[in-house]
Amino acid sequence: MTAVVTATASGVIPRPYRVIHRHEDTADTVTLELDRAGEGLPEFGPGQFAMLTAYGIGEVPISLSGSRGTRLIHTIRAVGAVTRALCAAAPGEVIGVRGPFGTQWDVGAAAGHDVLVVAGGIGLAPLRPVVERLLADRLAYGRVAILVGARQPRELLYPGDLRRWATHVRVEVIVDRPAPGWRGRSGLVTELIPLAGVDAGRAVAYLCGPEVMMRATARALLDRGVAADRVWLSLERAMRCGAGWCGHCQLGPLLLCRDGPVVGYPVAEPLLNVREL
Amino acid sequence: MRTGDTAQLIDMTGLEALFGALHERDYTIVGPTVRDGTVTMAELETAAELPWGWAADTGPGHYRLRRRDDDAGFAHCAGPQSVKTFLHPPRARLWSADRTPDGVTTTGPEPPTKRYALVGVHPCDVAALAVLDRVLAHGEHPDPVYTARRDGTLVVTAECTEPGETCFCASMGTGPAATGGYDLALTELLDGGHRFLVRAGSPAGADLLERLPARPASPVDVAAADTAVQQAAATMPRRMPDGPLPELIAANRESPHWADVASRCLTCGNCTMVCPTCFCVSTTDVTDLTGEHAERWRQWDSCFSVDFSYVHGGPVRASGASRYRQWISHKLGTWHEQFGMSGCVGCGRCIAWCPAGIDITREAAALAGEPS
Amino acid sequence: MTTLAVWKFASCDGCQLSLLDCEDELLAVADRVRIAHFPEATRATEPGPYDISLVEGSITTPGDARRIHEIRAMSRILITIGACATAGGVQALRNSADVAEYASVVYARPEYLDTLATSTPIAAHVDVDYELHGCPIDRGQLLETIGALLVGRKPDLPEHSVCFECKRRNNVCVVVAYGEPCLGPVTRAGCGAICPAFRRGCFGCFGPAERPNDEAEAALLESTGMSGPDIERMRRLFDPGTEPVGGTS
Repeated sequence: MTAVVTATASGVIPRPYRVIHRHEDTADTVTLELDRAGEGLPEFGPGQFAMLTAYGIGEVPISLSGSRGTRLIHTIRAVGAVTRALCAAAPGEVIGVRGPFGTQWDVGAAAGHDVLVVAGGIGLAPLRPVVERLLADRLAYGRVAILVGARQPRELLYPGDLRRWATHVRVEVIVDRPAPGWRGRSGLVTELIPLAGVDAGRAVAYLCGPEVMMRATARALLDRGVAADRVWLSLERAMRCGAGWCGHCQLGPLLLCRDGPVVGYPVAEPLLNVREL
Repeated sequence: MRTGDTAQLIDMTGLEALFGALHERDYTIVGPTVRDGTVTMAELETAAELPWGWAADTGPGHYRLRRRDDDAGFAHCAGPQSVKTFLHPPRARLWSADRTPDGVTTTGPEPPTKRYALVGVHPCDVAALAVLDRVLAHGEHPDPVYTARRDGTLVVTAECTEPGETCFCASMGTGPAATGGYDLALTELLDGGHRFLVRAGSPAGADLLERLPARPASPVDVAAADTAVQQAAATMPRRMPDGPLPELIAANRESPHWADVASRCLTCGNCTMVCPTCFCVSTTDVTDLTGEHAERWRQWDSCFSVDFSYVHGGPVRASGASRYRQWISHKLGTWHEQFGMSGCVGCGRCIAWCPAGIDITREAAALAGEPS
Repeated sequence: MTTLAVWKFASCDGCQLSLLDCEDELLAVADRVRIAHFPEATRATEPGPYDISLVEGSITTPGDARRIHEIRAMSRILITIGACATAGGVQALRNSADVAEYASVVYARPEYLDTLATSTPIAAHVDVDYELHGCPIDRGQLLETIGALLVGRKPDLPEHSVCFECKRRNNVCVVVAYGEPCLGPVTRAGCGAICPAFRRGCFGCFGPAERPNDEAEAALLESTGMSGPDIERMRRLFDPGTEPVGGTS
């Protein structure tokens, strides 16, 4: 039978992108700005991810943390061999990129609503395009609050962006472990929710961070009256292909490379409550 | 069914002619043959290599070849591997890359050198091809390795007339009759002369059939074929529990039964490797020692590996119980939500080739609260 | 250039020979790595420290127990190679026997011996960065590990069962089809499933896979007709279950 489509190989072959800028955000986190060194990829939406290849080392899924024209911006934390190699990539070096993969933050659907953006740690990276999109069309939305948690002050991402955003919308920051000289709040990001100043009944929330933080945040938001189907999470599992055929990123019925990473809380909640699912 | 004016009859000469016609068309023929004490799928030159007069006795964790007292060539149940091995190879190079002065040059998966005609594939395994098609070819990002092999592959199914102890295709709706997905369908008839009822399932199959020394099948032949296949369905010893399996699985995520299975499960991964629909793979990047040449390879992986679910911080599914739950839940339950169909075709390989003899139908029955 | 040292403790030298066995690749290795200490291959010895040390053999004498600490101190990355170094080797069978009694039977002057009561893996004495299992090791794994370390990649050293490799190379399961006892389901992959490819059951030379279900394996071996004591002996050959050794320096 010849009833199947013929796939081009382009889906599995990383496209070469050159590192244009490299910025050290924290001791273990780097933001790379990449430009195509050949045929580029289709446009990425906020929340979508790329598979980034350090040639000879391996490939990892990394969310888009910004864009500039055709340039892709990715923020990467060095936690393994591949991410270490990517973080070490100097301007001029070529890395491989595949994508865009996965679902997007549907920012347009929040038009006319209050918006809560809640980030934990490097979870701020995939949410940065959301904030930029909100600010680019500020009048389309109601009150907007950005709540950011980090383990320590020196692990806070994008301090410049946070200051710029704070001139337009409410930005609250909290750290688990304050360091000497820290004048801000200390505690968990859920403690910032009462300070958000948004109307829970008409709020849309975008959450990204460690799973335990997102679960606690979502529960706290629901307790305050935010509708479950207006709470969105970005979930993470192992990924090898991004294309729905490696099987690694399953979370119950979801293939997170295809049905995620951005998932609505009503879908995510029963799955996250099952141990080792 | 087998009625109608399209059913033809061929004898052994006709089967040899089929092999000849396929060779003429440059197909590499893959079919069942006796090898390493099993009936397994392998590349064949002639119809004489088919497992004439052989069958297999299977049971949980058990497989033995058996001499038949007739010459049947397709009356064996599922062997150690399905045709997955040929279309979704255990190892494949996705690309190789070399550094150049202005970047990196990447070339990607080599086109297959062979075009396969899969002959003597039982209906359960034809159904499995439809499952792999859905997963690997019909998503938003089709897999180039699979599609390049699958495209142009010809399927000659052999209806099942003698199910094994571990078979349960009838309860999965995938057999023993051939209902689609084939170019030609054979039904082997032994009483009254060794012969094969042949039906075309596609223009390519009809074209082939026209070139074979065939004669129209008589109503007696057609009735004999119907009876043989119906009998296979009626005598099939195993079945899945009744009722919708996805709901059964979803309702049992926290069942204590998973720990019971885990006490018997070796988490060796054999069930996934022999499953004709298990598609999971991992990738590995390699370099030569100069570091200037890199390649990405992929190989079959399994949800029974701890590393399979590894994310930064550790594996999601560390316990054996969670890994077995993942496998059977995916196969019988969440596959429906992901791909709109079951991941299980009832071939029974996971039962026969599980060294611990774990039986997916019994475990599902236990979840359903059926007495075992 | 990266420096490489090869060290030997109680062992048969077979694993070191795997490095020499990499005929085609050895030139490429020599191009990227300077072999600074490798008594089996060359008399030339450069002083440490070394970037990579490959350690073969188990710790069986008080002298061994001291020397491994010196080697560790001189090595940036320490890789143990082979079942002796990673698990104590076949000679660890003595751990459950009376060494003094053996010595008195085997040796005319046992008082000349200076030996420990046990044979222990290197990791029981010092920190080990990577372990290459097997008796002998797989040369593909050795080259992969060296190549990976040279470019900063995590070496591909799977911890799942041998069964994965059996199925990938289209071996027929020797337990299911022939009733042969096989440790493959609970043994770490890496050998390429050589023994089952020749219709022999796996005897576990790569040591236990991740989280092995020993009880289920014992039931499996029993079903092939093995007795309880035979099962225990088979299992212990490459999995003596040794505890870390403290207090050596």
